[in-house]
Amino acid sequence: MSAYSVTEPSKTSKWAAALLVTLYTVITLLPLVWIISTSFKTGPDSISYPPKVFFDPTVEGYVNLFTTRTRPAVSELEALPPPEGLMEEIARRQGTIITGPSRFGERFMNSVIIGFGSTALSIILGTLAAYAFSRFKVPLKDDLLFFILSTRMMPPIAVAIPIYLMYRELGLSDTHLGMILLYTAVNISLAVWLLKGFIDEIPREYEEAALIDGYTRFQAFRKVVLPQAATGIASTAIFCLIFAWNEYAFAVLLTSGNAQTAPPFIPTIIGVGGQDWPAVAAGATLFLLPVMIFTILLRKHLLRGITFGAVRK
Amino acid sequence: MAEIVIRNLRKEFGAFTAVKGSSFTIRDGEFFMLLGPSGCGKTTTLRMIAGLELPTSGEILIDGEDVSQRPASQRDIAMVFQMFALYPHMNVRKNIAYPLVSQGVPKPEVQRKVAEVAKILRIDHMLDKPVGGLSGGDRQRVALGRAIVRNPKAFMMDEPLGALDAEFREIMAEELRALHDRMHATTVYVTHDQLEAMQMGDKIVVMNHGVVEQFGTPQDIYDHPATLFVADFIGSPAMNFLRFDGTAAAGSEIVTLGDTLIPLPQLQEPASGQLVLGVRPEHVALSDSAPFKGRIEATEYLGTTQIVTLSTPFGLVKARTPSTTPAKAGDLTGLHLNAPRLALFDATTGRAFRTAANAGVHHG
Ligand SMILES: Nc1ncnc2c1ncn2[C@@H]1O[C@H](COP(=O)(O)OP(=O)(O)O)[C@@H](O)[C@H]1O
Ligand SMILES: [Mg+2]
Repeated sequence: MSAYSVTEPSKTSKWAAALLVTLYTVITLLPLVWIISTSFKTGPDSISYPPKVFFDPTVEGYVNLFTTRTRPAVSELEALPPPEGLMEEIARRQGTIITGPSRFGERFMNSVIIGFGSTALSIILGTLAAYAFSRFKVPLKDDLLFFILSTRMMPPIAVAIPIYLMYRELGLSDTHLGMILLYTAVNISLAVWLLKGFIDEIPREYEEAALIDGYTRFQAFRKVVLPQAATGIASTAIFCLIFAWNEYAFAVLLTSGNAQTAPPFIPTIIGVGGQDWPAVAAGATLFLLPVMIFTILLRKHLLRGITFGAVRK
Repeated sequence: MAEIVIRNLRKEFGAFTAVKGSSFTIRDGEFFMLLGPSGCGKTTTLRMIAGLELPTSGEILIDGEDVSQRPASQRDIAMVFQMFALYPHMNVRKNIAYPLVSQGVPKPEVQRKVAEVAKILRIDHMLDKPVGGLSGGDRQRVALGRAIVRNPKAFMMDEPLGALDAEFREIMAEELRALHDRMHATTVYVTHDQLEAMQMGDKIVVMNHGVVEQFGTPQDIYDHPATLFVADFIGSPAMNFLRFDGTAAAGSEIVTLGDTLIPLPQLQEPASGQLVLGVRPEHVALSDSAPFKGRIEATEYLGTTQIVTLSTPFGLVKARTPSTTPAKAGDLTGLHLNAPRLALFDATTGRAFRTAANAGVHHG
């Protein structure tokens, strides 16, 4: 390690830096705080003006998100037996009764299956392809790499109609498999390019040492290359998941009753029984969680990758 | 342990030929040096022997079996890489054990062997450390441990000391040689450092631009360089070259430089045209009575010896003389060249003419 001197920043510049960082944090977090706090408000609280910063939190929004309800006449409501359970009670408080579960849970699961499924597939295929491009003599390598990148250049809308027709013929419309394949097709170019960069950085000697130590090419790849590409795989997986998770255009067009994901579903909540902003906010809050958790879980790998490089150089 | 025979080995990378038909033999138990300047094809040759690169043509025989087209994992060879290539995500113990795991050696046996090797290399106290924080010398030892634990047929080492500090180099060079003397494992060692090759090797192959220039013991190569390149590359200061036009018949024991007759070992083939007389600095003595004259340009004091630089009608000549020999810049003196140790080269081909002295030496 080489020694070098750093001038200690002055007190003023430290304060200025702290102020800027705080300001930036507040600005970026504000929408998030707004959504999450709205999800715990009552309907009237959510649209009161000026907006309420302090309010009595309630899970009304979440109950409404997961249920369908009707609003009977007041006399009918009073004639009912006392509510059973917390959900029913909260519904009654709004003058409604629960008639059944909503489709949110199902849509959310669709998002999970399609999002994580396509991420896994993109990463598996992307890593193998990137390794091959990085290590082997592939005929027309540069042209192939450019072709893979070029699949990303078309805006989704431009290919939506042909894909729609194709999927109808193949019976892939509104299926989980269809959406997984589609998102994988979109993500694969990003995955191959990003991962090739990471794998190029891993010295070949590590694998060669394993080859000489008696391992096959595939064993060397699995035991030596993969652990070292963990940083790259983690960050690529996050990018892939973010895309597949948030994708809206294809989802609206190609899914409806069966494989519909959360993004096209959440806006439809607004229409059910007036403008139920807390329910929409509750849906959005829950929708935020998986990507956030996934990123936090993989953060360890990202950070390790960064410090590893810093210590070595 | 094994004997390795290389026959007409050739490697092309597209239009570029990195190794142009090498042939040499590495005997069982030899510490064998592949020496040459950077880019001459040493690593490529080593990688072909190890199986990391497939030759374009030629044969590689390990114990009489042609393995040139076999994958590395089936050659039973161990390799120490220039940058060590320790698996960064494993600790020292796992690194050393890794080659055994691939062979399906049972766990207790692995533990025993790792402990044994660690003890030999004196790294037994750091087995559970991650390899990231080790010093250069310790990394080197771990890399060696990974190589010897499997008891392979032969070791390949690609400039294993290149990444170490000067201070560590000396120590590791000695350790390596001691380890070899103890294990008698056939070792192929790549270096661009002629001193290292001379100190450590039983045999040396000198390569240049993908061509084997010479193959032999350090003494043979130092005393009887087969080409001008080898003569210039080996030894410090390098061999002196006196360039002249002349003719000498086979059987002659003399060449004529200007009007001075210089005796040399008996020529076994005729020589004519542009010639080069080669003499090592330690075979030049200063003597006022010698007929070949030169003027002292500079002296460099080295303790017991000194390097005296003289200008002659045939170029600068460096002489290594005892420090006690009086030598003053500007003085005119005679140069006595030690006849049995002289070499004569063809200036155009660079080849050394056969003489009574170098007759038995292998040429490339
Ligand atoms: N994979 C490769 N593709 C193209 N050229 C190569 C490759 N490997 C080595 N070379 C070239 O072959 C020559 C010899 O390389 P190398 O064997 O590494 O030399 P050395 O180890 O003696 O320094 C160099 O000019 C190098 O650029
Ligand atoms: Mg090299």
